[in-house]
Formats: sequence, C-alpha cells, structure tokens
Amino acid sequence: MYEKDGEKYFVVDGHLHFWDGSPENQKNIHGKQFIDCFYGYHSALSPEEYLWPQEKFEKYSEEDMMHDLFEIGYVDVGIFQPTYLTDFYINGFNTTEQDAVLKEKYPDKFILNGSFDPRNGENGLVEFENLVNKYDLKGVKLYTAEWHGDSKGWSLKDDWAKRYLEKCQELEVKNIHVHKGPTITPLNRDAFDVKDVDDAATEFSELNFIVEHVGLPRLDDFCWIAVQEANVYGGLAVAMPFIYSRPRYFAQIIGELLYWLDEDRLLFSSDYAIWHPKWIVEMFADFQIPEDMQSEYGTLTPDIKRKILGLNAARLYGIEVPDEIPQPEAVGPAGEPTYPEQPLR
Amino acid sequence: MKPTEAAVLGALSGVRDPELDEPITDLQFVSELRIEEDAVDVRLRLPTPLCAPNFAYLMVADTREAVLSVPGVREARISLDGHYASEEINAGMADGRGFEGTFPGETEGESLDELRTIFRRKSFVSRQEKLCRALLAEGRSSEELAEMRLEEVPESGEFEKYLQRRAELGLDISPEAPLVVDPNGNRVPKDAVVQHLRFARTVRVSIEGNAGFCRGLLATRYGMPKEEEIRS
Repeated sequence: MYEKDGEKYFVVDGHLHFWDGSPENQKNIHGKQFIDCFYGYHSALSPEEYLWPQEKFEKYSEEDMMHDLFEIGYVDVGIFQPTYLTDFYINGFNTTEQDAVLKEKYPDKFILNGSFDPRNGENGLVEFENLVNKYDLKGVKLYTAEWHGDSKGWSLKDDWAKRYLEKCQELEVKNIHVHKGPTITPLNRDAFDVKDVDDAATEFSELNFIVEHVGLPRLDDFCWIAVQEANVYGGLAVAMPFIYSRPRYFAQIIGELLYWLDEDRLLFSSDYAIWHPKWIVEMFADFQIPEDMQSEYGTLTPDIKRKILGLNAARLYGIEVPDEIPQPEAVGPAGEPTYPEQPLR
Repeated sequence: MKPTEAAVLGALSGVRDPELDEPITDLQFVSELRIEEDAVDVRLRLPTPLCAPNFAYLMVADTREAVLSVPGVREARISLDGHYASEEINAGMADGRGFEGTFPGETEGESLDELRTIFRRKSFVSRQEKLCRALLAEGRSSEELAEMRLEEVPESGEFEKYLQRRAELGLDISPEAPLVVDPNGNRVPKDAVVQHLRFARTVRVSIEGNAGFCRGLLATRYGMPKEEEIRS
C-alpha cells in the first residue's frame, strides 16, 4: 500500500516477470537479442538510480524481486504474466512453472497466470486444462507474436484460438491478457495489429481482454476497439514509465485513454523487472495533467489514480481490498461515439 | 560530376520511417555516409535489433532509391547494422531480390505496399489534425473547418506536409476540394468533424509518442545524449 498526502492507494501490479534471460539459458541469437531489447527499454526509461547492470537484469534473484515489489515498491498483490519463448530459451524465458515456485511460497502476494498456444492443437488443449486445474488459474497471457517451429505468430481469429478461448470460458479463466509485439512475422504484417482482439472480444463477451501496453505503438487502434467492446481493458505496462522522462507525453496517453475508455478499464503495471514499481507508483500518485493540457484532458483525481493503481485489477481478479481504502463506484462505459464507423486507417 | 554530400543528404532527408512519419536523418538512423566518385555508401541503424523487419526493409529500399536519384550517382550500397535480419536484408538488397525474395516462406497475405499504405493513411490523419489544430488555435471554429476548401487554407509548413501526404494517397488536392476528409477522401460530415478530429488527435499522439520512444531507445543503444522533456 502507498500513502501520500492523506490518500491511500492499494497497489496491484498487473504485469510481473520472473525471467531467466541469462546467456546460459539462451538457445540462440534471438534469445540474446530479446533480453538486450528489454534491457534497452529498461535503460531508456528508468531514472538513473534505478538502473541495473546488464548481468543482474538478465537473471535476478527471488530476494531481489520480493524486496523490490513488496518491501520498498508498495505492491500489495502482483500478477505474474508468463512469456514462454521456448524457441529462444532452453528452459523458456519465464514459464508458468517458474512463476509457480514463488506463488507457492507467497500465495497471498501473487496471482499466477498461465498461457496457451493454439498451435499445440488438441494435445495442448488437454495440457492447458491440466495447467488451469493444477494452479487454479484465473487468467492467461497470450503472446501472439511468439515463434513456434516454422510458424512466426498466430491470431486470436484462428479456429484453434477460438477452441482455446471456449475452453477458457468453460473453466472460468476470465482474464485474457494479450501482448502484441515486440516483433512478429509473417514479416510483412504489422506486428502490433490489434484487430483480432476486436473479433475475439465480440465473440467471447464473458471474457475480459486486457491489451498489454495499451496497444502501443498503436494507441489509436486500441482505443477504437475499446470503445466498441466494453470487455476490453488496457494494461499500462510500457506506458507508465514515460511518466519520468516524458511526462507531457504520458499526460497525453492517459488523457486519450480516459477519454475513449473510462477510468474503470485501465490497469497499472510495472512490467517488472523492466521497470521498478517504486518510482512509478510514487510519481503517479503525485502526477497531474499539466495545466495547459487540462482544457483538453481534464485532471486526475485520487479516485481515478486509486482505480488505476489497484482497484480495477482487484475487481477483475476478485482480490480483497482492505476497508481503509476508499472504493469509488464504477462510472460505467462512456456513450458510444457514432464516429468514426471504422478506424481511420 | 561527383555527387556532393549535401545533395545526398538532401535526398536522404526525403526518406521517412514509414511508421513514425519522420525523416531518417532527423531520427539519426543514418550513421555513416561515404562518397567515392560515383559510388555512395550509406550505413543505417535502428533503435533495437528487433525493430520490425518489414519497416526496416522499406527504409533500406527507400534509402537506396533516394541515393540513386541523386545526379551523378551510379552505385548505392546501403547496409543496415545491428538488426537481427541485417544479413538477409543487406544480401537481399544487393541482389535485388525484393522483400519476398529476401525472406522466402516468411511472408504471407498483405504485401509491403499495403502495409505502407496503412501507415501513410495514419500519417495523413495525423497531419490533418496538426493542421486543423493550428487553424482552430487561430480562431476558426470546427464548423468553419467543415466548410473550408483547400484554396481557403493559408500557406504554412503544416499545410504543405498535409497536401503532400494527401497527394501521395491519390486524394483530390484541387483548390475547391474540402479540407477535412477521411483517408478515403470522403468529406467528413459537419456534425462529425469534432469527433473526427478528436479521434485524429489520438492517431497523432500515438505516432508522436512512438517516435519519442524510438528516439530514446536509439540514444540509449548508441550512447547519444537523450533528449528529455523539461520536467515541470
């Protein structure tokens, strides 16, 4: 929990990793490039005092993680989002099983999410059901850009993807986190296209679709989908850390999101260990839309910040929030704009 | 006649990152330029090794074409550094194999031209929003913008950029054509102009923010000073 200026915030970090990107685990050059790319994100957007050496970033310890999140980072509950990448890493980059070790040790601190890959077909479906039952999963993280044998990615519109989503509905795995990028093939396609989320959200209206990093760099496409589909949410991984180096840009992103969605559909995430939650939580609690932008974007109230920092994720995952935290009502979805009828693209 | 550095740089500044809608020279993607008689070598670099290979390919191809368009250039050798597909792209470019020939079996569906068009349309919307934003700041109302024809728009850098993209999309740029149109060239109805520009703003914020992110990543990767916003 974080407290500032008399306001209390319950913090749910919606996107955590416990990865092994070390050279010993890298299967090929792609494994090296992938962790290098993450390290680039970390270095480009973190305040200097939070920068890690590359070696620590490649593989950090359980102690580091527990300390950073729960001792100094104000996080009450964190959600593990696995990223398998078994074609890049010998033991996978960050599997459900790896995360489960910490979940079992600290059951109240973590929510464990699983994953599926529809390209595994019928056998994969059985394995997925076993995984859900074994860990009592309530959510999955899907990584449509992931390579797999000859396949360079998949779509939520694929027939097999639908079979898996039907299974999620049946098993009450309600929260479908969808990650787009960082790069995908077929190489000619747009890596970050979120169109398939639109179709899936329409077809599976009982499920919640949380688009990670709010579709960035395609914020406009994401907003358009979220306006149409009330069960589409935005995960703020990658967007949050702009608050430090580019606060005016951060104000615009948050302003756009609050305009098109509503304050009940945005989820704070640090994407740990890419970024550290401590500085993001502190800066967000202090943050305000700059005065010259307020006529366009309005202001952020403590209630809006409380919802984003924890209450929205708590609602999706049924996490109990202490009584001392104010719990404002949901505002309900905004009216459906009549224009544009199609995304402007 | 040996091509001058200024002439080659001028041509390079016409090459844009298709996604970010900014010149590759401003983005500092050009790391080296060498001119030897009628042969030009250009080295390009990108913010991460995993930047989308399709956009990377387009920039390499556009760079080559731009350099070859400079009078006196007979040979253009373009190489992309530090990308996971550098070798393939550079070899494919040298042999003139095209994108699909460079990555056999790894492409499907849309061609690169379609991808380029999607992003040209986005940048069209973004440029239109910037122009309309400036006109609104000068005191025009959104109703007035809805009625405005191109001939009524005062000259400005924003206007020129907008027209350029509008022409590239093959849309009507005749003096009597309406100012506010969608990416298909259809006039936006008067009662929808506010909402149209509202959405266009999101498109602009998305493109500009992405460009800022990419600049930051490039600066970090190559140890260049970071441009940071002044914090209030």
